[in-house]
Amino acid sequence: MSPVSPVSPGSIVIKGARILGGEPADILIEDGVIAGIGRDLAGDETVEAAGLIALPGLVDLHTHLREPGREDAETVETGTRAAALGGYTAVHAMANTSPVADTAGVVEQVWRLGQEAGHCDVQPVGAVTEGLAGERLAELGAMADSAARVRVFSDDGKCVSDAVLMRRALEYVKAFDGVVAQHAQEPRLTAGAQMNEGAVSGRLGLTGWPAVAEEAIIARDCLLAAHVGSRLHVCHLSTAGSVEIVRWAKSKGWNVTAEVTPHHLLLTDDLVEDSPVGAYNPIYKVNPPLRTREDVEALRAALADGTIDVVATDHAPHPVEDKETEWAAAAMGMIGLETALSVVQEAMVETGLLDWAGVAERMSYAPARIGRLAGHGRPIEVGSPANITLYDPSAREEVDPGSYASKSRNTPYEGRTLPGRVVATFLRGRATVLDGKLA
Amino acid sequence: MAEAIPHAQSHVHAVLEGPDINRALIRISHEILERTKGGEDVVLLGIPTRGVYLARRLAGHIRQFEGHPVPVGSLDITMYRDDLRTRPARPLGRTELPADGIDDKTVVLVDDVLYSGRTVRAALDALAALGRPRAVQLAALVDRGHRELPIRADYVGKNLPTSKSEIVKVYLEENDGRDAVLLLKEDEK
Amino acid sequence: MKRHLISAADLSRDDALLILDTADELARISDRSIKKLPTLRGRTVVNLFFEDSTRTRISFEAAAKRLSADVINFSAKGSSVSKGESLKDTALTLEAMGADAVVIRHGASGAPYRLAGWVRGSVVNAGDGTHEHPTQALLDAFTMRRRLGSLEGRRVTVVGDVLHSRVARSNVLLLATLGAEVTLVAPPTLLPVSVDSWPCEVSYDLDAVLPKSDVVMMLRVQRERMNAAFFPTEREYSRRYGLDRDRVAKLHDEAIVMHPGPMNRGMEIAAEVADSARSTIVEQVANGVTTRMAVLYLLLGGADLGGEDK
Repeated sequence: MSPVSPVSPGSIVIKGARILGGEPADILIEDGVIAGIGRDLAGDETVEAAGLIALPGLVDLHTHLREPGREDAETVETGTRAAALGGYTAVHAMANTSPVADTAGVVEQVWRLGQEAGHCDVQPVGAVTEGLAGERLAELGAMADSAARVRVFSDDGKCVSDAVLMRRALEYVKAFDGVVAQHAQEPRLTAGAQMNEGAVSGRLGLTGWPAVAEEAIIARDCLLAAHVGSRLHVCHLSTAGSVEIVRWAKSKGWNVTAEVTPHHLLLTDDLVEDSPVGAYNPIYKVNPPLRTREDVEALRAALADGTIDVVATDHAPHPVEDKETEWAAAAMGMIGLETALSVVQEAMVETGLLDWAGVAERMSYAPARIGRLAGHGRPIEVGSPANITLYDPSAREEVDPGSYASKSRNTPYEGRTLPGRVVATFLRGRATVLDGKLA
Repeated sequence: MAEAIPHAQSHVHAVLEGPDINRALIRISHEILERTKGGEDVVLLGIPTRGVYLARRLAGHIRQFEGHPVPVGSLDITMYRDDLRTRPARPLGRTELPADGIDDKTVVLVDDVLYSGRTVRAALDALAALGRPRAVQLAALVDRGHRELPIRADYVGKNLPTSKSEIVKVYLEENDGRDAVLLLKEDEK
Repeated sequence: MKRHLISAADLSRDDALLILDTADELARISDRSIKKLPTLRGRTVVNLFFEDSTRTRISFEAAAKRLSADVINFSAKGSSVSKGESLKDTALTLEAMGADAVVIRHGASGAPYRLAGWVRGSVVNAGDGTHEHPTQALLDAFTMRRRLGSLEGRRVTVVGDVLHSRVARSNVLLLATLGAEVTLVAPPTLLPVSVDSWPCEVSYDLDAVLPKSDVVMMLRVQRERMNAAFFPTEREYSRRYGLDRDRVAKLHDEAIVMHPGPMNRGMEIAAEVADSARSTIVEQVANGVTTRMAVLYLLLGGADLGGEDK
């Protein structure tokens, strides 16, 4: 029962795409559904896809669209354009807007804005606690029953640190098959925290954000989820220790899933000290912070072996003035929708850790499954909704923040050359992106 | 720091050799004594680096002739130069005044080469910050001309007509391991 | 030398020695009646102070004025900054004024690096958050050299709140560059977790370290740290890490006692120790001016190489 948007009339055939990197085949789309896969198919329109890889439309479990409240940073319109250009057909919009998405009214507004924009489906995430204040549960059931059909609940940006409140939330959402997505950050251990606590923070005199502040919450939450028999999703896991805890929880058969961001798969905390854009450049300020090389290696291995289920962007737009400041005054966060697939290619595919089927699992099937998002994250086969991303892995492009559709420019990849390029995105058979541009 | 001394080549011309330099300094010593009534109240201030060694030599000769020492010191002019911004900041030399200072003395500034006169101009400024001499005189081992300021030397070891494209290099035993004054073409520096 | 002085790590051994040697010569000038030099005539030095620090500001101001630079004091209090102007806009204002050097004191670690990206002049870090204070380290090294001669192989013990100390960070880096052996002494709560990666030794036992120390540098310990549970009580801190007469007696005869100021007498240092002949605390203040003159001269006195490292 996914949201309905106009389906283009007539049939489209995608010629010669390599589905999940396999042998070239034609994909026939009719009435928004994949109607045929084979050789020499014909349709009303033809999209040449020789050399391109066809992936199921990507699903982001963790996007900040900023609307309502911070339309200077991003709007649903600009954010979903960015999503489509990044190959996404659905995004989960985080609840830390202003007002907070903690009522049926706000989540329905966001959901409707997504429908109107039409570049990809917008699935609102509901706040766990009223106003993200961590004191009282928000009306989770009302949000679940609303037109937005909220299934993922998160105070992201803040941690549900109160153990009793977290337990109740985990229990309560069982009634409608919801999941609590926890931003794992012990608040007392991270008061004033600026970056990963380690050798670099010690030298730079920046207050440390210790790995243990993430790991302690994840361990507690895994135990709580097991105790009440509920689903837990861990947002943006960032340390080697967190990987070990999630691996242990999964080995017990507990219903725990985890995500990692593209930037945590590629970037390390030494960029704060030494980078092409200067020391202490807040473009690298993000929460959780960039960690060490050892953490990056552990996260990649965990994503490869399935301990981490999902790559989620944590796309966090901020206006220029919130980044062109001294480090301590700067906002935390990076945009990522338009670079996610490229970063995953560099960090996971080109390193041999993941094939394209693995990418499809972690960037489409798994996030749709965790978010209970019907109509997304389905394999490219006859009968599936025609949510398809065509990707050219042989492209190499220097990152130019000015070229992005996102309203904000806070990409940490400026000046880098990243592999790959999204050539086309189809949402239920309608091209939202063609030739790398909005259709 | 000793500099590498160019090998004698046809276009490197030795203007003064070791003994010539000493002869010139002895003559200047006599002239100083003549002009200052036996060196009374004279203070010799060398301009670093080589001017300091020259001043010490002059003082040595004067003591030999007169039997009493002449106070010697050094006057660094780096912070008073008008061409600081043409080169990276340079290390400072040492300024060291004799115990009795320079007030009401006849200060003889000693430098190796007199050229544009700008070093001497800076030295006069530096002196003014240190005290009020009765008179200031100037001794130079070589005067190569091309003055850019109204300055002349009172004592000159050798007048050396040069082209602006030439380089005058002074080597002193104390600093460079040998005494010599060489004239080099621009492309030989 | 690099164009800016933001971290003590910016200085090679030759750079550091050049600054100290230059300061030595300049110290002679500050003994005479006419202290002013014409060296920086026509150049503009801006003191940009976002934190109150009268002593550091005055020290830089005196240094710049003795070199005949024009000095503009820009204090954040009561200025456009307190009305919410960003560091970047402030930087652009200074740039429009044609500042040849900006001396910046800021509560945020790394603010001088950001500033250096927005102005053409040289940036001199006069203390940034809990990061560095390189001219303090230079004046400390200068003071040590005057008392002890070369720092090669000298043992320097730095005691106190290393975690929050920009003075400690700069001193560890500079002293290592100059060949001294540094030992940090502090309760474990006041050391960075990564301190083992620093070029120094670490000890929790002040009494064991004192007999072999040539220099003991006491850091200011802020009483508020107590509230964040870095140590239990002032009394316990003082007993374990304070420098009193009995501890001073363990030092050898030539050893000196330093403190960057302002002191908490009775907390990290006993009054009689601060006022003793071993103490260099007053000299440190005087040496601050000459050391900062040396830095300003070496950064500004030469050619403007337009962004190139000199």
